[in-house]
Amino acid sequence: MDTAVRGARPPVPDPVLQTRIEALLADYVHCIDDDRLEDWPAFFTAAGRYHVVTRENHERKLPVALIYCDGRGMLRDRISALRNANIFEPHVYCHTVSAVRVLAAGADGFRARSNFSVVRTMADGEIMPFANGRMFDHIVEEAGTLLFAERTVVLDSRRIDTLLVIPF
Amino acid sequence: MDDARTAPLPDLAWRPGDVSGVPYRVYTDPAIYAHEQARIFRGPTWNFLCLETEIPAPGDYKTTFIGDTPVIAVRDANGTINALVNRCAHKGSLVCYKPFGNVAEFNCVYHNWVYDLRGRLTGVAFRRGVGGKGGLTEAFDQDAHGLEALRVATYRGLVLATFDAGTPAFPDYIGAELLGSIDRVLIKPLKVLGYHSQILPNNWKLYVENNKDSYHASLLHVFHNTFGVVRPTMGGGIRISESGWHHLSYTERVPIADDEIGREKVRSLKDQYQLDDPSLMEHRLELGDTVTNSIQTVFPTLVVQQILNALAVRQLVPKGVDRSELIWTVLGFEDDDTAMLELRLKVNNLVGPAGFVSMEDGCVGGFIQETAKADGRARTVLPMGGSGIEPSQGSRVTEAAVRGFWKGWRDCMGL
Repeated sequence: MDTAVRGARPPVPDPVLQTRIEALLADYVHCIDDDRLEDWPAFFTAAGRYHVVTRENHERKLPVALIYCDGRGMLRDRISALRNANIFEPHVYCHTVSAVRVLAAGADGFRARSNFSVVRTMADGEIMPFANGRMFDHIVEEAGTLLFAERTVVLDSRRIDTLLVIPF
Repeated sequence: MDDARTAPLPDLAWRPGDVSGVPYRVYTDPAIYAHEQARIFRGPTWNFLCLETEIPAPGDYKTTFIGDTPVIAVRDANGTINALVNRCAHKGSLVCYKPFGNVAEFNCVYHNWVYDLRGRLTGVAFRRGVGGKGGLTEAFDQDAHGLEALRVATYRGLVLATFDAGTPAFPDYIGAELLGSIDRVLIKPLKVLGYHSQILPNNWKLYVENNKDSYHASLLHVFHNTFGVVRPTMGGGIRISESGWHHLSYTERVPIADDEIGREKVRSLKDQYQLDDPSLMEHRLELGDTVTNSIQTVFPTLVVQQILNALAVRQLVPKGVDRSELIWTVLGFEDDDTAMLELRLKVNNLVGPAGFVSMEDGCVGGFIQETAKADGRARTVLPMGGSGIEPSQGSRVTEAAVRGFWKGWRDCMGL
């Protein structure tokens, strides 16, 4: 996805739209942080794309992703593997989302970007800053609900501590 | 000759030649780690630096590490790749502090000592002093103050280096049979699809053993069995170099009749789960055979990986006695079409720090590191498939390649 809007002047803030988008982003991170991961795919359209990439690869236009989901099926598979197959020490995330900006609004939906950080807490109490970066979103409205048609998570660091299993 | 090379190793009470088990102390003792730097990483081993395609033009460089030692791989004006220790001959500052770049020469930022791309010292700032005072004396031998240069080998696009003049040429180091399996995977000109890395909370050797340990794959990586990627009852085997140091574990798309896995009630076998989107597992045969998985290790810390169409080299960098960084360079081929690229991006969900069949390797070493530090006199046991380092045809339920690693380790360490 084109994550930069070069030369385009961001639109004048629309307070209603801004509030709706911010609510979507908050609901999304609450779903993950509350461990309601089975609900996570429903934040996306049926063909929704979710890609976690590193800033290094993103800037050098290298296409590989840490997580590469095209469509709700692959999103659901991430969660069923997490629940039924993958082995990892129990841990939780706390997301912080900031600098939410609607970059464009048009017939094909909305483009937005935001910053995020995730603090990871392990079952034994160890706390660490686990990830931070930027989210670039293409959001559409279906039957009155805002959904992600595309969500690209660009991690500032190329390094993942130990493993990545819970989505951002 | 450095101290670690000549100082005696701590007494491990380890019978000579024994590779049937390992004292936990080897994972936790900083003195052993120091010896490994001298005897393994700066010893008679070939270590991965980069791919030729990452530094295609004269002046292109990449910085990396061999063990703890920072190293620059740089292509000079003749197109030759040089490997230089990234340490200024003056005060030891890093000469290059960016991951990639292109330069005409190396300038140390600290005092502007200048080196050419072969590492020769070509300039020293204020060498004649100022106003006739200060500067270098006649006694200073400029030729003796270059960047330390390593021997370089290139093979099928891989760039490797060794500190030791006595290391056999790379093809002899790895041996004819295993060389053929590098040829098999790195069959065409390569293209880098991206990088990521993973911090492993464990000693470097625990991850190397994990790669050599084909026994664990279907047991720890439950996804394999749950979603039918690799089962121990699929065809394949283990090959081990004559030296024992290097290995190949491979799986073929030829199921063999054995319901042992069912009888053993393997925890991971959960036939009721299916992928919602099996396109993740699509495999286009591209290497001229039916091998689906091929994990190849080059002693000490390189892995060449084929998992379906997910190709990568994994480079392990020790970061102290209880921490390592695993750097994944994800690969495709230059002639990949759009559909092939899409296939690779999808199948790469299986590997890497978030990989369905690899993420556990990030945590399991930490589980061992926790117990290893408790009692260094205790030992592991490595009994699967006997006590030797024989290859195994038709079964991956063996620890022979792990024992081969320990033979290599003991050979290098003089134990």
